Amino acid sequence: MIDSKNQNGFNHDPKFMHARLKTGKIWHRLFFSSTAIGIMALIILLISIINQSLGFVAVENIKDPQSISTIPFEQLSNQQLIEILKINLSENRLKTIEREKPLLEMGQSELIKLITEKVVDAKVVASWTLWQSIFEKEKISALVEASYPNAQISFRNWLNWDFLVRSFSSRPELAGIRVAIKGSLLIVLIAIAFAFPIGISSAIYLEEYAHPSKWLNRFIQTNIDNLVGIPSIIYGILGLAVFVRTLAPLTSGEVFGIQGLSSRSILSGGLTIGLLILPMFILNAQEAIRAVPKSLRQASYGLGATKWQTIRSHVLPSAVPGILTGSILAVSRAIGETAPLIVVGASTYITSDPSSPFSGFTALPIIIYNWTTRPQDQFRNIASAAIIVLLISLLSLNALAIFLRNHYNQTRVNL
Amino acid sequence: MKNNELKIQSDHYAIETNFVNIYYGKFRAVKDVNLKIQPQKINAIIGPSGCGKTTILRAFNRMNDFILTAHLEGEILLHGQNIYHPDVNPVEVRRKIGMVFQRPNPFPKSIRENITWGVKINGYQGNLDDLVEESLRQSALWDEVKDNLDKSALSLSGGQQQRLCIARTIAVKPEIILMDEPCSALDPIATLKIEDLMRELSKLYTIIIVTHNMQQAARASDYTAFFTMDEDRAGVMVEYGETGLIFTRPTDKRTEDYITGRFG
Repeated sequence: MIDSKNQNGFNHDPKFMHARLKTGKIWHRLFFSSTAIGIMALIILLISIINQSLGFVAVENIKDPQSISTIPFEQLSNQQLIEILKINLSENRLKTIEREKPLLEMGQSELIKLITEKVVDAKVVASWTLWQSIFEKEKISALVEASYPNAQISFRNWLNWDFLVRSFSSRPELAGIRVAIKGSLLIVLIAIAFAFPIGISSAIYLEEYAHPSKWLNRFIQTNIDNLVGIPSIIYGILGLAVFVRTLAPLTSGEVFGIQGLSSRSILSGGLTIGLLILPMFILNAQEAIRAVPKSLRQASYGLGATKWQTIRSHVLPSAVPGILTGSILAVSRAIGETAPLIVVGASTYITSDPSSPFSGFTALPIIIYNWTTRPQDQFRNIASAAIIVLLISLLSLNALAIFLRNHYNQTRVNL
Repeated sequence: MKNNELKIQSDHYAIETNFVNIYYGKFRAVKDVNLKIQPQKINAIIGPSGCGKTTILRAFNRMNDFILTAHLEGEILLHGQNIYHPDVNPVEVRRKIGMVFQRPNPFPKSIRENITWGVKINGYQGNLDDLVEESLRQSALWDEVKDNLDKSALSLSGGQQQRLCIARTIAVKPEIILMDEPCSALDPIATLKIEDLMRELSKLYTIIIVTHNMQQAARASDYTAFFTMDEDRAGVMVEYGETGLIFTRPTDKRTEDYITGRFG
């Protein structure tokens, strides 16, 4: 009799098979739970942000609209509206308003907006999260009645159009992120203009021209690899030393005949971020170039092409999708960078738009950081709203990268 | 006078190697090869895996230059001139000695551009449309693609792609065409088409083809070189002669063993 459990030296015991499958299942569950933990963390992050950016607010008017005019504002003529403004606002405040746009040139809706903002002056005295607003409505009403008898409760979406187009304000309900969005945009544009051409050129040199057996080339390559991992604050310190201090005449615009501006300018910030993403650009372009099939180069060389002809006509066109997608991902990381900008000297409170590369600046992550450190609750609400704006812009950049990759992969076959 | 005689003599061959040794780092891949390739014939190089067939083929148009560790000793003569002489421009060599690779590798461009790119970079002044048609006709592809010249070359079948690669190579009017196992990725029908095509092309060009397939060498080539490995794993050429003779009356025992299937 042959032992059925041990034929030809192999273990045929069903228990053995069972044990093998069980081991596999355990690992399967382990991997799944790791993924689940990651996803959970992301979901909690999103929920907590959304929770903060929507919810009930208690609004107290400095001046009751009924006391200003018994007729609703919408039914008043422009003349009457201007009259209201003139009665209720001081000479100086009117002047500052008129400096931006004369009252007579304003339309009705603009005038109403001015009155509600400057005269009625609704003030958010308390705010609640979305969770509280849904589940503790009675409690909120009771609290408001007790503490703020003049206040009215309304539901507020902190992330609204006004929030996007308003400039800074010391009052959270009037604050907006326009200046920060423009600042972030300019910084990223300067960074790309600086880092993209240099990055691509270096990648071409290192991949196609540099001989890897030369120690100098290996040394450069190792350094670039390591630069990617350097904490961003160190780039900030580098930017401070180089762009803000050493190159101050350039970054403050003095060389171009602009006097009296600080060298803690958008240009300094943009160049610093450019330095930060430069090694990422180089490495990722190198990878894209390396991924171009050898057979393509051989085909080109086999026809009597020179090195540059091969690079220009075959290597680069094939590498472009990879270079683009990688660069976009690097840029989306750069948009969220905070530390180097703080070191270089981003302002946390600026009300005027950047007018040139030499203006002072702020950026989205800077104001988010600033707002979260304020004591008033309402700043937490607008910080969450700003975080949502930042996240949306990052996600759209990543989506663009994915779209470009798919698009190029398709056209390569379909032409 | 003596020099002249020498030149005429070496002109008789399409390409000639003198004691060629090729090294990858310290490893000698090819040892003391003396090969005199017959012009306007199909010359097959056969032998077992790792005997240096492809290495020597790639040496003929200096493709080994791109392998950093590779270097060559000895000389390879084209029209009596050593193509490894420091004054010789490898780009010029590759233009005169075209190459078709193991796997079809058309450019990810249109069929037309696949042919015109190579001639444009070499400064061709004539009519491109005529040249495209001529090259595609010579490579027996014209009838299949004449209506779709602007379609991507990657949309063609493997055999068509390989014939396009041949068309692209002959468009720049080389003197010699190197083929590195051009049919190994193709089915038997596509293989036969390529073999017919080689026969046609050999009227105009010298063809050197490396093949794993002994039947292919026997039926499609005029001359055959047999390579094998010697004891230190370096590739050596055993013999070179008319294909009929090599396959029926080989002079060397090792050739006989290989073609009768006793080895390799």
